[in-house]
Order: sequence, then structure tokens, then C-alpha cells
Amino acid sequence: MNDRTGSLRKAPAAIGETTANGEVARADTATSPANDSRALGFPGENFIIPLGAVVAALLCFGAGMLALGLNPLDVYVTIYKGAFGSWFSWQNTLQHAAPLILTGLCTALPAQLGLMIIGGEGALVVGAVVTVLTAVALQRLPPEIVLPAMVLASIIGGGIWIAFAGVLQHIRGVNETISSLLLNYIAIALMNHLVTGTIRDPTVVNRPSSWSIGDQNFLGNIPGMEVHWGLGFGIIACILCYILMNRTSFGFASRIVGGNLRAARVVGLPVGKLVITSCFLGGGAAGLAGMVEIAAGEGRVSSSIVVGYGYTGILIAFIARQNPLAVIPAALLLGGIRASGGLLQRRHGLPDASVLVLEGMMFILILVSETLYGRYRSRRRQ
Amino acid sequence: MAHDVKISRRTLMSGAAYGASAALVGGFPGMSAFAADSMVVGALYVGPKDDYGWNQAHSEGVRALKSMRGVTVNEEERVPETLEVQKSMESMIALDKASIIFATSYGYWDFMLKVAPKYPKSILLHAGPEVWNNTMPKNVGSYNGYIDEAQYVAGIVAGATSKTGKLGFVAAKPYPVAIRNINAFTLGARSVNPKATTQVIFTGDWVLPVKEAESVNTLADQGIDVVTCHVDSPKVVIETAEKRGIFSSGYHMNQAPLAPKGYLTGAEWNWSKVYADYVDWMRGNKEWPHTRRGALKEGLVRNSPYGPAVSEATRKQADAASDALKKGSKRIYSGPLKTNDGKVVIESGKSHEISDPWLESMNWLAEGVIGSTKG
Repeated sequence: MNDRTGSLRKAPAAIGETTANGEVARADTATSPANDSRALGFPGENFIIPLGAVVAALLCFGAGMLALGLNPLDVYVTIYKGAFGSWFSWQNTLQHAAPLILTGLCTALPAQLGLMIIGGEGALVVGAVVTVLTAVALQRLPPEIVLPAMVLASIIGGGIWIAFAGVLQHIRGVNETISSLLLNYIAIALMNHLVTGTIRDPTVVNRPSSWSIGDQNFLGNIPGMEVHWGLGFGIIACILCYILMNRTSFGFASRIVGGNLRAARVVGLPVGKLVITSCFLGGGAAGLAGMVEIAAGEGRVSSSIVVGYGYTGILIAFIARQNPLAVIPAALLLGGIRASGGLLQRRHGLPDASVLVLEGMMFILILVSETLYGRYRSRRRQ
Repeated sequence: MAHDVKISRRTLMSGAAYGASAALVGGFPGMSAFAADSMVVGALYVGPKDDYGWNQAHSEGVRALKSMRGVTVNEEERVPETLEVQKSMESMIALDKASIIFATSYGYWDFMLKVAPKYPKSILLHAGPEVWNNTMPKNVGSYNGYIDEAQYVAGIVAGATSKTGKLGFVAAKPYPVAIRNINAFTLGARSVNPKATTQVIFTGDWVLPVKEAESVNTLADQGIDVVTCHVDSPKVVIETAEKRGIFSSGYHMNQAPLAPKGYLTGAEWNWSKVYADYVDWMRGNKEWPHTRRGALKEGLVRNSPYGPAVSEATRKQADAASDALKKGSKRIYSGPLKTNDGKVVIESGKSHEISDPWLESMNWLAEGVIGSTKG
């Protein structure tokens, strides 16, 4: 590992450190000089700055609406109604949030080690393909076996996919951001190749689709609501990741790698193992999102699986400041915005891309807001 | 943009009418009467609603409903054929209180069947070849036009106007509806010019602009001087033909503005009539057909106004054929009819009317078509 890679790793460390609760923060500060910046920030900045960026994005979006001759307040009310205004809207939002929670983890988890993985889209696609293959291979078995097998297979499939980026980064120093991005295209191309050939079900005439996982293997709804179990998977995954990163020696070691790579090497931490494992777990989460989308959706893989959940997951991880628990509310926010897209079209005649414009504005402002951490307090001290 | 503002205010007003705020309704005394026979219509499109093609044809039909008293129209474009469409339909019914849903893409059908039982007070209608039967929910239906009749008339215009007798057809997929169009177009052309041929190119998908442009260029290079198509957005095909200086015949809707010189005519849908009928039936609590079909006679399909390149004699020929089809004195699929590999599919003296279910599984290309359904 040369110095350049080392410094690359350091840069996003400011993101990785923020998940800390009090205890770990103390430990971190002791081991990693990068974390000194925390002491300079104002209390609650991890919450206030991302929130400010989201509000600023909404204001920019509103200015755009004004330019189109629409009343921005009406548009905000519509977004609220479509996302959180009624039980129906809430269910719609939760349904959208389920895969987003999981793809958010795909970026948030490796970020704890200072890695910037943006391959959630590819891992989701791989997870979806593997889900169908597993279900078809085990079609004679009862759903009690097939469902867990699909979950496991999708996690392993998506995990290996992103672990590949981790391996390349660790062994050859290949930039993991670029490699994971390119892996997205490979995954999508591979999926398209398979569904137009090898695993195509010729009885589906509408568009090339794979075989079905079988009616008995669909993922049901959580009792009492019209939201599938994918939401439960997502929440459980977030809690597990939080515990892993904040309550275990694995998490502690990972955060040291994220804080200061050299220090981690000096104290003899198995950096490679940690990097590859965290990539595997992040990819596994996105792979599980693919399983959820298949088993709660059409039961078949086709090009319609590629709707940008992986890319929205990157934004979610940033809004959540890479904290696995904060991923849940961030995913709800973005899920809500996606859920309100239809209503925006119907009420205001806006094009379907308007929610993507809003997402994009949020992304830019969140990135801009990254520069604000630690500034406010330090200036006051001077 | 001013247009958009108008829409937004109108939807907002009618939103108030169905009781978002009682105080507001009280404030506009006229509105309570308006609310009594107000009706919300929701429409979903798989692509952009300004695509000069399938989606725009539907959108124009739906928007025409706005002139009907008390009708509010809610449109959603680019709705993918996934769970997303199910959510959009439910949202239109639950949040907009839509009583009629027009689902205009082929892949929406299965999702529609899942949504329908939950909302028995709304009706859900699908634009496509699916046929309702009594095992399906009572509030589901489908509507479709036999547009091959309009293609036959367009074929007559193309065959009579072409100087080389070589016609071209750019189609997305070799599925029955497209094959019917290709055959009808060719049969129309050969009814006025027995030597006419139609070269077919299948692009493989509904929207492939680059491939569509390449196909038109290839056809033009082969000396073909009239092209038509069966793709979701004929814009590229028509524009490329105009650029190459050859004639074109439209599909889905009138594309004359895209090719003022070379546009001959085209096979168009007339959805505004279909949609207005459903609104009337629902309002009058009348029985409505679960499976609605029709062609030129029923006014579900029509031909674009003739372009400047179409001669007076050709116009008369085409009009006569159109009238004969409407009266039923003429059938497109009449024997003797051979396929392009020499097999007899309809024997001499026999014929099939346009609504014959046998035609809906068409997988052969008629004599005069150059190409194969294998792609």
C-alpha cells in the first residue's frame, strides 16, 4: 500500500467516524488523529448539517418550481401528502424505503473503513439474479427452505460482488469507488445477457424476463399492513450493522482502519481481512435488496429491476452520515420522495424526472455540506 | 408553461371540491353542484406522454376529456411495468378518488387484475389485446382497436404513390398485432399495385431510436421510397424518412408536422372517443362492455389527413376502400391468400372478418412481404 492510497483512504474518514456514540468516540480520539476534528464541531452537527442540506435542497427545488410558475408551497404539500399524508401514503413510502435501507448500508458499512463503495446497484442486480437461480434450483423443496436459501444466496452473491472491489483495492490498490461503479455496469450487462438467453422464460412475451421463483416462494406482507417483509429485513440489517460496528472488536478495528490506516497497520490489525469483510457485508445487504425486490415483486428478473435503488442508496448513506441506524430515517425520507413522484405528476403536471432532480440537488448540497463539519466551533475558539 | 399552471389550478380546485376542506367548498357555492357529478379519471403511460406515438395518442385522448363537465384528469407518465404501476393505480384511486383508470401499457394487465378486487367502486381498463372473462374481477375491462384496417388504407396510399413499388416497414417485435399491420399494409398496397413489396426490419424493442434511424437509412439505400412503422414512437422513423427525401406513413397518431413534404397518411388511434364513452357509461350507471373492440366503422381507428404528395385519384381510391371496410362489403383477409413462403393460408372464396380471433394469433407474413418473423 503506497501513500497515495493511504491518503485516499483518509479523506472519507471524516464520514466514517461520525457514527460514534460517546464510548467509541473516546477510544477513537485516542487512536486516530483524524478524529480530532470532532472535538471542534458544535454539538449535534451530525444531525443539523445533513438536515440543513436537505432543507436547502428543498428550497432550491422550490425555486425551480417558482420558475415553472408553480407555487412551491403547494408542491411541498403534495410531496408531504404523497409520502406521509395518510396511512396509504405511509405504506407506499415504507415499501419504497425497504430496498433503499439495504442499498444505503452497502455504502455506509464500507465507509466506516474509509472506503467509498458505490456499487449498490450492481450488487442488487446480482442478488436478484442469484435469488431466481436459487429458487429454480430448489423448486421441488417447500418454501420454508427455499425462502431462507434465497436470502442467504442473495447475501452471498451481492457480498462476493462488492468484496471483489475490496480485494482489488487491498491487493492492487485499485480505487474502490471506480471499480465498484464499473462493476454496476458489468452486473447489469450480465443480467441482460442471462434474461435474454440462458434463463429466459419464453412464455413472458412483454419483455425478456427470467423464469419465475414460483408462486409459493413469494415474500408475504408484514401483518396489518401492505408492506412486505423486506422492510423488516432492512431494519434488522441496520441494527445488526450498528451493533457490529459499535459494540464488537471487529467494529472497533474497522473504525481504526477508517480513522488512520497507518496506525491500524502499526498496531498489527488485519487490514485486508477487515476491508474485504466489510465490503462483503455491504454488498450482502444490497444483494438482499435484490432478493426483496424479486420475491416481493414480480418473481422474475428483468431489466425493470434497474431503477436506481443502488444509486439512491449512496445518497442515503451520505445523509445518514454513514451511521447504520440513521440509514433508516434517511431511507424513509428518500422513499417518501420517490413515493410522492406520481402525485407530483398528477397534481402539478410535473415530469416524472422531478423527483430525480430533487434527489440530485440533495446529493450536491450534502456533498457541499461535508465541508462545514468542525468549522463553526473552531472559528468561535479563535 | 402557462398551460401547466392552468392544469395545476384546475386540479387543485376540484381537489377542494371533493371535500379536502369543507370550509373551502362552502366558500364557493357553485362548487357543490359541480361536485355532484364530478368524476376523476386516472391514466398511466409507460413512456413519455409527448413521444409522438403510442403514449401521446393516449394522452391526447385522455386530455380531451377535460372538455367534459366535471371531469378531472390525472396523468402519470413513464410508469414502469413493475410493482410501481400497482402502487400508482392504487394511489390514483385512494388519494385522487379516481373512478376510472386507463392503464395503457401491455404489461400493466397482470398488475391491474391484482389491484381491481380491492377497489370494487372504480373500474380499471386496459388498452390491449387481453380479453375479459367471468373469472376476472367485474370492474376490469379492456379496449383495443383493429388498427390494421387503417394500415390497409394507408397501404393503398403508399402503393399508389410509390414510384419504385418498394415499401419499407420498421417494426419493433414480430408479435401478432405488428404482423397484422405489416400484412394489411402490404395487402393494401398490392390491391392497387400488384407488384408492390414491403421490406420488413424488426428492431427488437419498442423504443430503439438509433436502430430505427439506421433501419430507415438502410431501407432508403435499397431504393425504398415509402416507409411506415410499428414502434412506440414513430418520430425518428418519420423524421429520418423526411431527411432522406422519401415518403412516410405514420402510426399511432398524426405525425404530419414532422414531415410536411413526405407524409402521406397514417394509421391513428382515436382514443378520445373510447375514453369519452366510458365516462358517459359510468355517469349514466350504464352497462359497459368488458371487452371493447372496433375498427374504422366504430371510429376507434382512423387515417391521418392526406399529405400534399397524395394525388386526387389515390385519395378517391383510398376513401372508397375505407368506406367499403366500414360498410363491411370488403374484408382485408380474403382468399386466395398466400404467405411469403408460398403456403396458402386463406383459400379462395373464404375470408375472415376483422374481429375474428384467429387473426389475433397471426404468425405468418403475406405474399409481397420481404422478411421473416424470426427477426
